[in-house]
Amino acid sequence: MAAGIRMSFQEVSPFLGNQWVGWENYATVLTNSRFHQAVSNTLVLGVGQSFGAVLVGFILALLLEGPSRSLWFVRTAVFLPVVTASAVVGEIWRIIYFPSPDGFMNKVLGLVGIDPIRYLEDTSVALYAVMTVGIWSSAPYYMVIFLAGLAGVDRTLYEAAAIDGARLRHRIVSITIPALRPAIMIVSILAAVRALRIFTDVWVLTGGGPAGSTQVWMTQIYTQGFERNNLGVASAASILLLIASVLLTVVAIYFTRNKEDR
Amino acid sequence: MSTPALRKKRRQTSVEGTLDTAFGWAVGDTRSMLVRAVLCAILLFIFAGPILTIIVGAFDLNPDPTALTLWPHNPSLENFRVATGRGIWGYFANSLFIAGFGLTLQIAVAVTAGYALARRKFYGQTVVLGVFLATMMLPEEVVAVPLAVVLGDLPLLGISIRGTVFAIILPVAASAFSILVMAAFMRDIPEEIIEAARIDGASEFRILVQVILPMCLPALGVVAIFGFNGIWDQYLLPLVAANRTEDYTITVILRSLRADVEVGTGALLAGAFLALIPSLIVYLLLQKSLVRGMTSGAIKG
Repeated sequence: MAAGIRMSFQEVSPFLGNQWVGWENYATVLTNSRFHQAVSNTLVLGVGQSFGAVLVGFILALLLEGPSRSLWFVRTAVFLPVVTASAVVGEIWRIIYFPSPDGFMNKVLGLVGIDPIRYLEDTSVALYAVMTVGIWSSAPYYMVIFLAGLAGVDRTLYEAAAIDGARLRHRIVSITIPALRPAIMIVSILAAVRALRIFTDVWVLTGGGPAGSTQVWMTQIYTQGFERNNLGVASAASILLLIASVLLTVVAIYFTRNKEDR
Repeated sequence: MSTPALRKKRRQTSVEGTLDTAFGWAVGDTRSMLVRAVLCAILLFIFAGPILTIIVGAFDLNPDPTALTLWPHNPSLENFRVATGRGIWGYFANSLFIAGFGLTLQIAVAVTAGYALARRKFYGQTVVLGVFLATMMLPEEVVAVPLAVVLGDLPLLGISIRGTVFAIILPVAASAFSILVMAAFMRDIPEEIIEAARIDGASEFRILVQVILPMCLPALGVVAIFGFNGIWDQYLLPLVAANRTEDYTITVILRSLRADVEVGTGALLAGAFLALIPSLIVYLLLQKSLVRGMTSGAIKG
């Protein structure tokens, strides 16, 4: 039911304001410098966050693989950021990132001799600060998927490698990673589709600021649509996002199909 | 030339357990275990530490807005008192109501729609499945703007549910993920069982409730935890759907709690604590279902 309503309205929405404006809204979106900035921010954030989260998730899976009870406990605890609502994640990280020298993050990094940073208020750092939070809250999710993949790796391969005298690096590069390739593929696509529509993290952490340096596509849509009441422009931007997501998903499905055929 | 001595040596070099994990953790080797324990401690600090600071901070009276601590210095319930003054429980109740009602609806829709997809053959089935898949790829974020307009003027009915909790509940009621999970699970139930029930004269509804449903408990667990987390995590939807701030959910209100200079970090942490606890409880109860749902979804794509 909700599906039908949504579908029907996506076609109608660009002409809101009860006036036919044709492609004007799209033109506005495509020529607006704020949207341009949002696109590049979304891309940087999306690529960085997806790559980072998948990499961290993989490392986590390697470190926490194993049957023992204490490892199970650590895995459960490490997974907590995923189940925590993103609004809560945002608020706690705002406190961690507190800009003064005695903020939590600055204190911890101070121990290793890094000077205090005003994370969320520095235009050159803010985007990466947001990215870190994104990686933190999504990497454990990918860890679980990787762990399931790791459990399916043939143990005799490790044994053979050990007899051949392969080093740990070789073992991971030539056995573990090829075995996990389907999982890595799926997880990367999942991460990319998620990153396209990132909203809550950015909204709670920075609200798009400072000076638009963390403004992403979704926050831009929200600002346009609900704060400036430019619903037409916001809808046009939504449709563009929709097209991008669909394209990405189609590519994703194409690749996973390919995998199954082989 | 495989003398017993050589064999023994080989066994020693590959310490017990190293072949069980990709990373080659040696179970029983003290040094390896020590390294691992230290790494685990660091991981716990990084990933669980911030969550723990919320729990501790909520019960700790600390005027310093920068101080996050893993140990309460001044335990008190003052933070909750201040947060109560800001009506935090009302928002909490909003959230609980939406999550409870929304999840119930979502499960009902998932069970019935899943049953229809899995068991009945009807015209246009692939189309329906395709539409479901399509909406699954389209998250609330993408449709937020059109949705806000729809909620303000429901097609056919011509009424506005914007500003009521139903504006948040209805959109979350149909989750393509839940429906697909149920459908996939029900498809694996042997046809003979349903046939037997039908011969015994059970109605279609009775078959669903008394025969199929008890067999679907694992799938229900998956739907429940994903559904709950999905609804609880909603941010944009309540923000867009509510007309008055009183209708906000607890996740949304955290932001205004932070902007309120009079209440301080403690009350914010108390609010965050309340927003955190339900998801924690659900997670710990349904952890197995969560992992099952994630991995099966990942394998099927």
